[in-house]
Amino acid sequence: MSKKNETTFREAVREAMRQAMINDERVFLMGEDVGRYGGCFAVSKGLLEEFGDERIIDTPLSESAFTGAGIGAAINGMRPIVEIMTVNFSLLALDQIMNNAATILHMSGGQFNVPLVIRMSTGAGKQLGAQHSHSLEGWYAHIPGLKVLTPATVQDAYDMVHLALADPDPVLIFENSLLYNNKGLLDTKALALPIGKASIAKEGQHITVLAYGINVLKSLEAATILEKEGIDIEVIDLRTLRPLDDETIMKSVSKTHHVIIVDEGWKTGSIAAEIMARINEQAFFDLDAPMQRVCSAEVPMPYSKHLEQSALPQTEKIVDVALSLMDRS
Amino acid sequence: MSLFRMPSLGADMESAVLVEWKVDVGDEVKKGQVIAEIEASKGIIEIEVFEDGVVEKFLVEEETECAVGTPMAVIRTSDEAEVAIDDAKPKELKPKIEPQEAIEVETKEKIIQHADDTTVQTSTRIKASPAARKRAKELGVDLAIAAKTATGFIKLEDVEKAASVASREVSEKKPKTKDEKTGSDHSMRQAIAAAMSKANSEIPHYYLSTSINMSAALNRLEERNRTHSIKERILPAALLIHAAVQILKEVPELNGFWRNGKHEISDSINPGFAIALRKCGLLTPAILNAQDMDLVQTMQSMGDLIQRTRASKLRGSELSEQTITITNLGDLGVETVFGVIYPPQVALIGFGKITDSPWAEGDSLSVRKVMQATLAGDHRATDGRTGATYLSKLKNYLEHPEEWK
Repeated sequence: MSKKNETTFREAVREAMRQAMINDERVFLMGEDVGRYGGCFAVSKGLLEEFGDERIIDTPLSESAFTGAGIGAAINGMRPIVEIMTVNFSLLALDQIMNNAATILHMSGGQFNVPLVIRMSTGAGKQLGAQHSHSLEGWYAHIPGLKVLTPATVQDAYDMVHLALADPDPVLIFENSLLYNNKGLLDTKALALPIGKASIAKEGQHITVLAYGINVLKSLEAATILEKEGIDIEVIDLRTLRPLDDETIMKSVSKTHHVIIVDEGWKTGSIAAEIMARINEQAFFDLDAPMQRVCSAEVPMPYSKHLEQSALPQTEKIVDVALSLMDRS
Repeated sequence: MSLFRMPSLGADMESAVLVEWKVDVGDEVKKGQVIAEIEASKGIIEIEVFEDGVVEKFLVEEETECAVGTPMAVIRTSDEAEVAIDDAKPKELKPKIEPQEAIEVETKEKIIQHADDTTVQTSTRIKASPAARKRAKELGVDLAIAAKTATGFIKLEDVEKAASVASREVSEKKPKTKDEKTGSDHSMRQAIAAAMSKANSEIPHYYLSTSINMSAALNRLEERNRTHSIKERILPAALLIHAAVQILKEVPELNGFWRNGKHEISDSINPGFAIALRKCGLLTPAILNAQDMDLVQTMQSMGDLIQRTRASKLRGSELSEQTITITNLGDLGVETVFGVIYPPQVALIGFGKITDSPWAEGDSLSVRKVMQATLAGDHRATDGRTGATYLSKLKNYLEHPEEWK
């Protein structure tokens, strides 16, 4: 690929995996339907034909088994990419992810690291029902030993595969399924922003809006609407939920003194709650108003379209919260 | 024996730095005598002892920050022998007052004690954002004052508004040496900076000036003063304030505020006027309700205010409820004052030095005592015509003392 091509999020992930497999023979992909079917979101379409069934492996329907196999392969020197269909199914592999991948380096006294990459889709909005639509990346961010990446842009969709593969420890990438068709510019030669660094998607003066994944885009839409109201929000793409980039967050808060966190998880025990706690600890005296959250309604994600849409964080909600935060509602 | 404690010089004062003891241990002190200099956010202030006695012991060293109410020295009253003072250990920033003592302090010294942790719970807590609290501390702003403009709870903006109204300081401060600079000095500067930046960036000023022949008025004052004791004398400065207030009754548009895009005319006339502090800067406390005062009462209020300013005994309202500012820089030889309006006020009246100047009357030229009076007006609230009306009426008033009541 040449510089700065317009491409989709899906193609960016695929291209990143393709490049990685060309460059490093230790890299391989496995998961449910990643081969013949091309992946349930068609991310790996065409890879089986290019790399063959030893490197693009269709697995049995057992998340625990193939995630565990990935951990074993990683410990033994391979660079596996494990694809799990959705974050909901990753719970079947939670024992492997948490009790093995996240702990082995520690429990082996540093003898065995686990350079495993797990990609999975997350989020709602496609009427897939409560068992396919949740956003549990905040849960994974709770676990020491893991790194949690949440790309929002086409560029990060590409870069984060490489960043994850280059990392010596287990890295989880959460791809919001609504983003796959999004188009954006991709520069495959650009220097990637490292894991643990947030990026400022839009600079602003009045409110710091902290978001990740698809909510970065909703926040940017809100910014355009709020601009007409004279409210200039700063949108920060968190990029990494573990480790969080406290420095960038606090710097922005100390400038704007107002905070809105947009998180598709539920409020209770969420990553949004964790971020609030950190701001409270580190930047309390910079706050000029109580911090606000725009999160999903505390219900299992509804199937019905209008209920699903109203349960999710939406641009209009971000706008409303921003207006009331500025005493303008 | 009694304890000399850090006095409270306003509800917003939590602590101050003891700069210098003006007396030594063993010195006899008289009630009202200045015994120390402290530096609070309002500047360096001399503080007085409240009873006759002998300085028994200092409990606090110079350059120490003490909370309001902290015992600073032990004063042995004249009729007492030397006593043990073990119970008078200094408790910096955590004053703890026995109930008995507290009553004594309140009645004898009229000091508002800094509430300690147990008593603070009883008062209503002011709701302010953390950023507002931090900024208020930096600017030395009383949150109670900021609360007046706040809706819901106090935000940064409210504190900055309050800062521009409160600690009203003028910029002619003696340059300090490096060693003298302290945090509170910095915060006072910050408050002035915030208010003046706001004034200059937000207020579209217009300036008007007129020459006033003060000869007749000064003669009239002199005549009157000759028949009164020194104590009852009326100074030209008081006459100018009184005159300015009288004319404000006729042109009320200049007396008030520009707030939230609206011109508010104030019923009471509270002229703030600059009083030099001995060591550091100026304060501009207000003569409250000057509209109801005659010249003698204006003089008394002015004298009282000057004394209390120097003794740091101003009330909060006097530092926050000015409706207009009068700046008189005549004593420094300045002939014309072009003032910066103190937001949210809408006008500033300036008086320059009264000088012997050539003055044409009819066909003849003579030497008269002439003063430049200026008006800085907020063009959002009033037009030049209003200001001109004001100055011409003021001129007429001061030049025709025979018409005074």
